[in-house]
Amino acid sequence: MSDPMRVRATEKDGIVDVKILMKHDMESGQRKDASGKLIPAWFINMLNVKANGKDVFNAQFGPAVSKDPFLNFKYKGAKGDKLVVNWVDTKGDKRTDEATVS
Amino acid sequence: MNQQRRSLLKYSAVFGLMASAGLISVAQAEEWNKAAFEGKSLDDVFKSLGASPDKSSAVTLNAPDIAENGAVVPVGISTSLKAEQMAILVEKNPSTLAAQFFLPAGTEPFVTTRIKMGQTSNVYALVKADGKWSMAVKEIKVTLGGCGG
Repeated sequence: MSDPMRVRATEKDGIVDVKILMKHDMESGQRKDASGKLIPAWFINMLNVKANGKDVFNAQFGPAVSKDPFLNFKYKGAKGDKLVVNWVDTKGDKRTDEATVS
Repeated sequence: MNQQRRSLLKYSAVFGLMASAGLISVAQAEEWNKAAFEGKSLDDVFKSLGASPDKSSAVTLNAPDIAENGAVVPVGISTSLKAEQMAILVEKNPSTLAAQFFLPAGTEPFVTTRIKMGQTSNVYALVKADGKWSMAVKEIKVTLGGCGG
């Protein structure tokens, strides 16, 4: 099971600023291990964020997103909104975390 | 090989079920845009996105001039356009498309993330608004690559 994400969301003047830090190696498929063999690609490729059950952000990643991906976006919302962040990686692993806008 | 195919089939079947049960949104049920992410050149990616972007001053690419560590390059896109989609492309990476973002109405046309860059390259910020793609370009110099071992 994967490690939890860190999600921070703060509201100011009707705009919610969301910062997400995922924990994932984001193996690109370009690196080689000590014996010179290619390490197969393994990365988060889809991410979805909902606020109070409604989509506010969707992303698709390629292998070029950094290890432990970071995302920052903004949407029109309010304090107390319930955020649900979901990701899926190329092996089908999933992770869901929740946060409340403060 | 066959095993991989099996699990892929299973995976998409589960996804299909979840979508029909209304458990996940339509946008998320959309397949990962494999063709676009496997594009090896700007033209490949533009083609699979259906984009023929023009440079626009309305699109801003926030990125450093020089990245000391190619494994972690902070890149942000902001625009005054009503963006529905955004994408980050790195011309000289093994796979050009780094990330694509889908912004429903109510979400601000602003995103920041971190990407890997194998070498010094032009980075493209694409924005789709009103069905039309616009872009901004910036060269980022990399002193230490992020793709090799």
